[in-house]
Amino acid sequence: MSDVSQTHASLAPSSAQKFRQRFLPFLVFGAILLLIPMTDPSRTMYALMHQMAIYIVFALAYNMLLGKGGMLSFGHAVYFGFGGYLCMHAMNWIDDGGVWGAFPTFFLPVLGFVGGAVSAVVIGSFSTKRSGTTFAMISLGVAELIFAGAFMFDSLFGGEQGISGDRMNGPEVFGLSMGPQSDIYWFMAFWTILSVIAMYAFTRTPLGRLSEAVRDNPQRVEFIGYNPQRVRWLVFSISGGFAGLAGGMSAVNYEIFTPEALSLIPSGFVLIMAYVGGITYFAGPIMGAVLLTYMSSMMSDFTEAWLLYLGLMFVLIVMYAPRGIAGIVFGFWDGIRGANSAELLRKWSVQLLGCLLMLIGLIILVEVSVRWSNGWGEAFEPFGLHFTHADIVTWIAIFVPIVAGGYVLRLATREKEEMPA
Amino acid sequence: MTTPALSLKNLCKSFGPAKIINDVTLDVAKGERHAIIGPNGAGKSTLFNLISGLYTPTSGTVSLNGTLISGVAPYEINRMGLSRSFQVSNIFSNMTVRENVRCGVLHSLGQGYSFWKSVTSSKEVQEKTWEVLEHCSLLDKANTPAALLPYADQRALEIAITIAGGAEVILLDEPTAGMSHSETDRAVELIRKSTEGKTLLIVEHDMGVIFDLADRISVLVYGEIIASAPPSEIRGDPKVREAYLGDEALPEETA
Repeated sequence: MSDVSQTHASLAPSSAQKFRQRFLPFLVFGAILLLIPMTDPSRTMYALMHQMAIYIVFALAYNMLLGKGGMLSFGHAVYFGFGGYLCMHAMNWIDDGGVWGAFPTFFLPVLGFVGGAVSAVVIGSFSTKRSGTTFAMISLGVAELIFAGAFMFDSLFGGEQGISGDRMNGPEVFGLSMGPQSDIYWFMAFWTILSVIAMYAFTRTPLGRLSEAVRDNPQRVEFIGYNPQRVRWLVFSISGGFAGLAGGMSAVNYEIFTPEALSLIPSGFVLIMAYVGGITYFAGPIMGAVLLTYMSSMMSDFTEAWLLYLGLMFVLIVMYAPRGIAGIVFGFWDGIRGANSAELLRKWSVQLLGCLLMLIGLIILVEVSVRWSNGWGEAFEPFGLHFTHADIVTWIAIFVPIVAGGYVLRLATREKEEMPA
Repeated sequence: MTTPALSLKNLCKSFGPAKIINDVTLDVAKGERHAIIGPNGAGKSTLFNLISGLYTPTSGTVSLNGTLISGVAPYEINRMGLSRSFQVSNIFSNMTVRENVRCGVLHSLGQGYSFWKSVTSSKEVQEKTWEVLEHCSLLDKANTPAALLPYADQRALEIAITIAGGAEVILLDEPTAGMSHSETDRAVELIRKSTEGKTLLIVEHDMGVIFDLADRISVLVYGEIIASAPPSEIRGDPKVREAYLGDEALPEETA
């Protein structure tokens, strides 16, 4: 039998592979988090990174549902919100002293997890009875219901002003006063890395695997001894917990929570983040969260049409790159290490050229249109150029690159179709 | 008399006015290999769905080892030791072959819904998974995504998932449908090997497979069982010839 076990061992991933795939990425991620403060980031950078951290955890939690569990939710911000609100109240209880006074603010995300998980257990008890479209519709209804309800219960949700608090109360842990941004950085880094590892570990547990099985084929799961509804409910509850944890991080970061936080807008935003990043990869939502947070805070400085670009990107990814940014990145990585890397590189450069050309035309079109619509007679002036809507040169600069880019892209596709030899 | 492994009593199933299964009574003894044949639309798959819990009977009962299972959820019936395969490959297509089989193994080895330990932490689960893979000759394809398997291997995986939980009563719904001759031979060998000492209920169109494999055959026509007997008797039964086989000849005894 020894040769049989030999074959088994050679078929299972080797320990070197395991290290490379399962541990190395986390070590690199951890190292990056440790190194960032040494670059002495500005206040803006800190604020941006903290927002990224919150969204990384939130998007990963969301992807436990969408990518791994096959549940499309339009209302996951509800659990983010419940977690966050619980933490805001707890922050005020800490302020009041008493028993709560001994609770360190640093550990508030634990309460966020509890808040998110408990609300997800309750709401999931009926919403996860169905999957697919029914589940999606219930999630939408629940989100609307909770959002509307939030304005009725002022003592819980604080009405339009929301609930605010002060994070600098309670005992200090790890020597962090929780005041300055650099203290909050370590708080964010700690909870992000902990959540990322925990959520990755979850994918490797029996329940994590069953969740994928239920996504692929709920009927078959019934015939291997598991109740798919039960699997969905459990996964939903844990996902709600991590969403609540992200809410707790947000509560500590901003020291305020308003009902907007559990509305459909953040629910939609987290969906877009996870999808743009790539829901079939564990790392996808992380990439999506980093990119979209960056875009939403940085691009709004450059252009007032940034939401339009964001929407365009989402539509294009859904249509042409359904595996998201992660799919593109990992596909590229596999491609350049593959056998015909030169051929692929050439093809990609042509495609990239086509995309860039179209993008140039599109950006000029959008920017000129926005200024035209504003009616202030402002011109779009990138790199010392001058584009106004009344100038025929502008329209040439818009349509020539778009048409040329489209032609290049078509050429690249046609070549691909003719290639199989 | 010992309790039969599977016992159907006056089982009926109607969809609206359509009576699909009509007063079926059938006992399958422990360790018996029982085949169900019948023309298309006779209700064979419906019968399987009734037994495995996918459908609830309109009237009548199904018992597994003497325990009433009609109206019980499929996953509970499965835990009681009845496992089934499907006519159309019903696998977890985005997972690898090994992960597919491992999912089938999990519950029988007490893994439950746990999310506090790694799926690889149980040596028993790993070993059982390899064992089933080897048994079904899928070892060399262990790391292939299930969706990329050739058809015959998908059917083998279907059987692998079905037997992985170690159920004592196995229901196979047309396991060799759409296979070539050599593939069918391989599949029959696999079925024979996998159901050694177990109770098997099989629906099949390939008469060669049926007469080769079954200890007893039931003929289902328009939702009713018109005959239930050993292969030799079924072959000679004029009622069966008339109702089901028409002029299509049953394989003659070659001796």
